[in-house]
Amino acid sequence: MLKKAILMVSVLAVILSACGGDDGEASSAADCEVGATDGDLNFYNWSEYIDPELITAFEDEYGVSVIESFYESNEAMLSQIQGGVSYDLIVPSDYMVNIMISEELLVELNKDAIPNFANMDSDFTSQPYDDGANYSAAYQYGTTGLGVNTALVGEDFEASWALVFDPALTSEYPGGVSLLNDPRETMGAALMYLGYSLNDADADHLAEAVALIQDAKDNIAAFDSDQYDESLTAGEVAVAHGYSGNMIVSIGEADNPDDYVYVLPEEGATLWIDNMAIPTNAASVCTAHTFIDFLLDAENGATLTNWNYYGSPNAASQEFLDQEVIDFYADTASANTEVIEDQGDYEINYTDALAEAKS
Amino acid sequence: MSTELRDEPEAVEVTPELEADAERAQARQGFLVALPALGYLILFFAVPLLIVFVYSFATRSSTGRTLLQDWNLDSYRRLWDPLVGEIALRSVVLAVLTTVICLLLSYPLAYYMATRPPKTRNLMMVLVLIPFWSNFLVRTYAWRVLLGSDGPISQLSQALGGEPIRILFTNTAVLIGLVYGFLPLMVIPVYAALERMDWSLVEAARDLYAPGWAAFRKVTFPLSMPGVIAGSVLVFIPTLGAYVTPALLGGARTTLLGDYIVSQFLAARNQPFGSALSVAVMVVMLIAVVIYFRRGGRTL
Amino acid sequence: MSVGLVPKSASERVLGATSWFVFAFLYAPIIVLTIFSFNENDNVGIWTEFSFRWYGEMFQNDAVMGALRNSLIVAVISTVVSTLLGTAAAVALEKYRFRGRTAFDGLTYLPVIIPDVTMAVMMLLFFVQLFAMLGGLGLSFQFGLGTISLSHIAFSISFVAIVVRARLGQLDPSLEEAAADLYADRRTAFRRVTLPLIMPSVLGGALLALTISLDDVVVTSFVSGPGSTTLPVYVFGLVRRGVTPLINAVSVVMLAASITLVLVSLVFQRRGDGDPGSAGI
Repeated sequence: MLKKAILMVSVLAVILSACGGDDGEASSAADCEVGATDGDLNFYNWSEYIDPELITAFEDEYGVSVIESFYESNEAMLSQIQGGVSYDLIVPSDYMVNIMISEELLVELNKDAIPNFANMDSDFTSQPYDDGANYSAAYQYGTTGLGVNTALVGEDFEASWALVFDPALTSEYPGGVSLLNDPRETMGAALMYLGYSLNDADADHLAEAVALIQDAKDNIAAFDSDQYDESLTAGEVAVAHGYSGNMIVSIGEADNPDDYVYVLPEEGATLWIDNMAIPTNAASVCTAHTFIDFLLDAENGATLTNWNYYGSPNAASQEFLDQEVIDFYADTASANTEVIEDQGDYEINYTDALAEAKS
Repeated sequence: MSTELRDEPEAVEVTPELEADAERAQARQGFLVALPALGYLILFFAVPLLIVFVYSFATRSSTGRTLLQDWNLDSYRRLWDPLVGEIALRSVVLAVLTTVICLLLSYPLAYYMATRPPKTRNLMMVLVLIPFWSNFLVRTYAWRVLLGSDGPISQLSQALGGEPIRILFTNTAVLIGLVYGFLPLMVIPVYAALERMDWSLVEAARDLYAPGWAAFRKVTFPLSMPGVIAGSVLVFIPTLGAYVTPALLGGARTTLLGDYIVSQFLAARNQPFGSALSVAVMVVMLIAVVIYFRRGGRTL
Repeated sequence: MSVGLVPKSASERVLGATSWFVFAFLYAPIIVLTIFSFNENDNVGIWTEFSFRWYGEMFQNDAVMGALRNSLIVAVISTVVSTLLGTAAAVALEKYRFRGRTAFDGLTYLPVIIPDVTMAVMMLLFFVQLFAMLGGLGLSFQFGLGTISLSHIAFSISFVAIVVRARLGQLDPSLEEAAADLYADRRTAFRRVTLPLIMPSVLGGALLALTISLDDVVVTSFVSGPGSTTLPVYVFGLVRRGVTPLINAVSVVMLAASITLVLVSLVFQRRGDGDPGSAGI
């Protein structure tokens, strides 16, 4: 048995070493030219976030392979990149871009190699997490708001966070409401309802927000970041706090889509933006630039969005978008939205605040 | 309970030297048998674990990186926060409940399996595990359908003229989900202990104490104790750290230990405090488990 | 080894009823997910009409098929290795006394006790350090199926060891002593007597290891590398877009495949050796 075990371990070692990467010298971003490739693309993305046909089209056009890997949280992705696992292109969300820039984990983009960068809506090149979009190119965006079942809540309601925080309202809703199980989003929603900023970093204000959630808790059926949209369309909850993309998809698939609306509360809502970025230890920096350019193309950008049902940051894509997507995101631009910004040392307080609010 | 070196007088005459030699040879052989697993666990578990231990004394940078400097005990001091105690207590209560229910459901099943013909036994063991080769999330989804206000339980209640029942987002739903998820971890060890039990002992006991129940209590159950203990540990510990089931079925309405540790590592990116929490949980649990096994061993 | 229960006694009937209740409990969600895998609708929970749509989409979805393949490779490697190592550990701990036994005893419980996210973070940090050191020696390693397998083995060993020990601890020592007298050396005695006796628990431990490996998300997502996403990690990522019945279809295919395997092995078992206790699945 000992021999067998040793054999097994050595077989494993061989498998492990066989997975070893190529040691080709990584080229520098500054040397990349338009349409240049320097090897296959290791693309680390969220699951089901890109139309497979776009991948195939890119492979056919440039003659390189795209190796897709998937992650399920920004933080797991960050740990991997910090650990030195080499990917050529990643899709971090806004606040994560900020963290990765300050950790010096991202390559400064060579915009000369990305002529389609000009297609980007200027709103998405001046975000606080990466002002000037020097390290990141917006991929898709969305908002965090409330999905409302009008059959249960009534047609006549105000688009306000009161829909989830005011017990006078929520106690009337059969099934109650659901909030995200995410410290920044949920504490942020409470802060906005109280009239503060989503990025407010005052301990007294946060304590008020905790008390607000505790008072509302009897009618909060769930803190749910995963299946709130199904809960809403199955009639389990009357109002659900959640992300626009899931809401539009689930409402569209519901038995009676007209009974549901997605609203952005007037006190303010989260705008989130996922971005393409290249880690500093990427092996195929030029292929990554070319891929970014490929996705920023007007028609490819529209293909991406029509498949995903998220908002497109690509101004040139707008004419190719499905009407449904355009309608859904029509009032986002005019709404009162904010992006979550990393609050450094204060960040740990949001996590404890949510734990306390739920206790 | 095991074949430790026999020093009963009935053993064949041996000189002390021979006995010492035999003991040494046996120790060497035991070490060799243990070596592959021991080596593996040291390299791929104990050494990595040292990292967690070291991190628990480190500092979180403002960007959430762990700075290996300014060594301090702050993370351990935070463990005395009443919030942590409250979360731990709640998790322990839930884990005890889950373990007890799992045992009550598993024991009869394991006993039934162990008393079937050998071929049926193996088949039944596989049948217990097959549902778990689907996907965790998909199973939990199915439970949401079963426990929701449109689910079969609710419909049955309505058909009988009652109100719709929503079990989803209640503590009952959390318990159902946890018991479901960890049931095999109880069934398998209990079955392993009961299978091929020396049933002649049970029969002898039955002749001795007339009612079957007394025979079970005095003989069968004590004999299956190692399986019960192993099963309880395998269920209790992961339940203590469970967070996905409570979130999906219970709506995460209260914070549990698993949830709290995960949020420290991920949302707060506070590795030092997450590490300190983990170290504390592991130390307490290891002591509890070792005592539990020792106690269980002695009752035999 | 016949069972001396009076046929159809009251207690027998209660036991049988409880067992079938537990089986119903275990299979209730499986029936639901199987039904919904044939649902035409995009939404997992709402039934519209019967269709094979998701099965078709599943086989065309390269990402899902790749993830499924990765999951199976990892599960097989980690099950085989951890069963061998875990059984050896259990035997060493129950049957021998040696220096360091107590420490080893404690060490085998730790992988069960550690919170999974803690293990995930520590394995990632460990491999980073290890690869950096090996890199200094001119060896190049990368995260991938290898690192995932190594991590899965690390926690599976404990599960196997605990289950096998539960059986070993309850064996009648006189059986082995008799065997030792018969076969002279301990190794033969172990192979001829102890091993067949503990085989059901070894099999149980192996099945548990397989099950745990197939379901792990957290550790896997931290130690994976380019192209090595496993099915559970992929499915968890899907949640952000709302899970599609595609995943029900994948689960049903996996269940169908495992049930087929079980049936095939039963047929072989019937034809094969006369010792039913030690027949593998």
